[in-house]
Amino acid sequence: MDQSRIRNFSIIAHIDHGKSTLADRILELTHAVSKRDMRAQVLDSMDLERERGITIKAQAVRVTWKGNELNLIDTPGHVDFTYEVSRSLQACEGAVLVVDAAQGTEAQTLANAYLAIENNLEIVPVVNKIDLPQADPDGAASEVAELIGDTPEHVLRISAKTGQGVPDLLDAIVERIPRPAGDPDAPARALIFDSSYDQYRGVVAFVRVIDGVFRPRERLRAMAMGTRFEAQEIGFMAPAMSPVDALTAGEVGYVITGLKDVSELRVGDTLTTETGGAAEPLPGYKDVKPMVFAGLFPTDSDQYPELRDALERLKLNDAALFYEPETSQALGFGFRSGFLGLLHMEIVRERLEREFDLDLLVTAPNVAYRVLERNGEWREVHSPADMPNEFDEVEEPYVKASIIVPKGYVGQVMELNNDRRGKFDHMEYLSPERVHLTYELPLGEIVLDYYDQLKSRTRGYASFDYDYIGFRPGTLVRVDVLVAGEPVDALSLIIHREFAYDRGRALVEQLKKEIPRQMFDVAIQAAIGARVIARETVKARRKDVLAKCYGGDITRKRKLLENQKKGKKRMKQVGAVEVPQEAFLAVLNIGDGKK
Amino acid sequence: MSGVRHLYVHLPFCAHRCGYCDFVTVVGRPGEHDAYVDALLSELELEAGLLDGELDTIFLGGGTPTFTEKGALERLLAALPPAREVTVEANPETVTPELAALLSRNRVNRVSLGAQSFNTALLDVLERRASGDDVRRAVDALRNAGFDNINLDLIYGIPGQGAADLERDLAEALTLEPEHLSCYELEAKPGTRFTHAHGAELERQAEAMEEYFERVVEQLTAAGYRWYETANFCRASGEADARDLRAHHNLAYWEGRGYLGLGIGAVSTVGGRRWRNTPRLAVYVAALRDGVVPARELETIDEGTRVREQVMLGLRLDEPLALAGLEGALDDAALRRLTGLGLVRHDERTIALTRRGRFLGGGVTADLLT
Repeated sequence: MDQSRIRNFSIIAHIDHGKSTLADRILELTHAVSKRDMRAQVLDSMDLERERGITIKAQAVRVTWKGNELNLIDTPGHVDFTYEVSRSLQACEGAVLVVDAAQGTEAQTLANAYLAIENNLEIVPVVNKIDLPQADPDGAASEVAELIGDTPEHVLRISAKTGQGVPDLLDAIVERIPRPAGDPDAPARALIFDSSYDQYRGVVAFVRVIDGVFRPRERLRAMAMGTRFEAQEIGFMAPAMSPVDALTAGEVGYVITGLKDVSELRVGDTLTTETGGAAEPLPGYKDVKPMVFAGLFPTDSDQYPELRDALERLKLNDAALFYEPETSQALGFGFRSGFLGLLHMEIVRERLEREFDLDLLVTAPNVAYRVLERNGEWREVHSPADMPNEFDEVEEPYVKASIIVPKGYVGQVMELNNDRRGKFDHMEYLSPERVHLTYELPLGEIVLDYYDQLKSRTRGYASFDYDYIGFRPGTLVRVDVLVAGEPVDALSLIIHREFAYDRGRALVEQLKKEIPRQMFDVAIQAAIGARVIARETVKARRKDVLAKCYGGDITRKRKLLENQKKGKKRMKQVGAVEVPQEAFLAVLNIGDGKK
Repeated sequence: MSGVRHLYVHLPFCAHRCGYCDFVTVVGRPGEHDAYVDALLSELELEAGLLDGELDTIFLGGGTPTFTEKGALERLLAALPPAREVTVEANPETVTPELAALLSRNRVNRVSLGAQSFNTALLDVLERRASGDDVRRAVDALRNAGFDNINLDLIYGIPGQGAADLERDLAEALTLEPEHLSCYELEAKPGTRFTHAHGAELERQAEAMEEYFERVVEQLTAAGYRWYETANFCRASGEADARDLRAHHNLAYWEGRGYLGLGIGAVSTVGGRRWRNTPRLAVYVAALRDGVVPARELETIDEGTRVREQVMLGLRLDEPLALAGLEGALDDAALRRLTGLGLVRHDERTIALTRRGRFLGGGVTADLLT
């Protein structure tokens, strides 16, 4: 295809602002999918994504509109996948920015819109859901126009649901978005913007060809990873896989690699041919690192092998997922797993429980820390239990948080951010009513209950997004929890020294509520090193008997006892103390303890 | 297999069903008592083959056995085989000199009185009809008729019962010098009228009442009673030739011996089989009128279950439980841990709960079992 007739674009929208519905409508209008075959929201292939209204994995669909080849490249909608979003955007020349006519812009929309602008994409602003009675298309249009430095008249008004205005949008995509600018005669280079794993065909890479031509049966090389393979098939999605003889500069499609491991082919890497290949890779490849960590333990320790197999399977499709075996004295065998962010963690957990039918205990999440040890070496620590008692310096990851909130709640948001060691960065009015605030915050202050607090303090009106800005030194200490004198590794936490006392006290108070009374007094202590900073006691039970037991009710009493036994088996043994699994999540429930 | 030496007979009739009761009971039904006794005797005849030639114990429970019409009751007692211990449960208000004489002449040698409390307000909560005076009169009547083995049932943890109320109830009971006392914590069983009415109140009081069990044990043992089972106490003189006043019928349950139960809702355990008769009076009577065994719910007690029950029941007693035969049923690690905590004591051949362990018997047993 002549590059002048190719347009590559993404749709940027907040969850529920109608991205998937718009994609469906485009497929239908361009006859890529007949109305009869239309499974609503074709692009979201996983049930889970469908349910959560999130698209996890980017894919690309080719459609034809008035003789032009349009490639719609799907982007993940959440900050955890910022890097993937940026790669998807790099594969495009333009982006359709969708804003809900009733809701206006949200933090997530902003984050991705800025990302698109940074990537020099042509933005086609759209106000969606104009058919809704509560819609304010003009208000939303001026807000979007303000945001991207455009005029409100230039903002399209559509209803993805009814299809109203969508043909105009397709025309606008052809008119406004620039043609691809690669060199069809240069050595072949393609950007990998996504990959997925097929049980029978191995890793499938989704690529945007920048220069040159790719053909099936060619030997290819991923330039950053050095991975070599033969292209078993190349083609495009329409949305079914359609093999072709060539993908040329400007086009978007897939390459079936036959590779067995997604980690050999990373998003952002550049594909080239082995013979006559390019000398320089495309810019921007980053090795994404997990920032949020949590322990994953099977509730029933017999399920450990199943959990290991399930993680292996998930990893096939999720190069960002990290895990390594972890042994906890309290929780037994499990895995310390790393995630791009909180949503990524939540998705992995749900998939493990839902698709693999596992019953999991996920410990409170923590962030990655960099520790300068006494021997002068820096080490990354993924778990509080792993934090050395003595070290010279410690660094924690920071984010730039972006919060959009009605102006009446600015005070509450500032208060929350100050409580969380936030550093004010910037404030601007998006409209007379809505304020955009940015703060620099330690990620560790966000991973537990920040989002819940933000929502509750703003009556649900705040929207929030964040982006990593790097590691910074912190005054951090490790608080250990001892139950009946035994340190419980799974309950340790790393925290700013100033908060240690209050958090420690709140934690032992919470644990006192969660640990049932035992047959002896149980001391619960929080300590920094050898110094105890808080203590509570769970008083011993004074009676625990089945009142009477005669011939007529032996069976019933036996069953009661067996149930009691089962209840005990669900507990985790810490020394002689039976601790319910929920107690290991106590740290998640002490948000209010910190003033 | 040798024959069963323990017989339970269920007499379900009551003047009134108390709110907290979850036994199989039937209110009133004058005129049907005779037919029910016929059915009991018919069931006894059908199952006679299970019984040993000589019985150790018979227990008539209810319901209110002494509410049964006198003619029917006497006919039943006269027809039962002899046994060394024959116990009849009685509500205090039903015990007259005439009834005491009736029991006495029919070889009954032990009476268990459902006193529950001496406090009128608390008895009202329980919907019991006897007063403290009725209890005292009943004991007098039984003593006068020559009974020298009387049990009093007491309930503690009644909604509204303070620690001083409990102490008074125990003191009142002790002045009557019963040979035996059964003291139960009130069990508000789910689904009963009582739980509906008082459940929330009981939950509020739970913490305050937690020490009542200890108070009961302290007060009764201080008065010279032997705490021989979790909820049961008997007078113990300490002299070698003193009578063994434990409830021998109940000991059969706790020591895992076989028993035959007759009547509606009655449970039998013989060899590896346990069965419960239909709780429905009409169904039961009709079946036995036709000379067939009534509808029964059957349960197989395999060896593992039997051993687990033996541990569960045996550890309720003050005498150590022999370890022989319990191999595999006890968790060695738990045994060591609980011994370390001072809740269990054991030697090469026996295991028993310590005094503190007995207060926590449920949890300790659940821990000990594999």
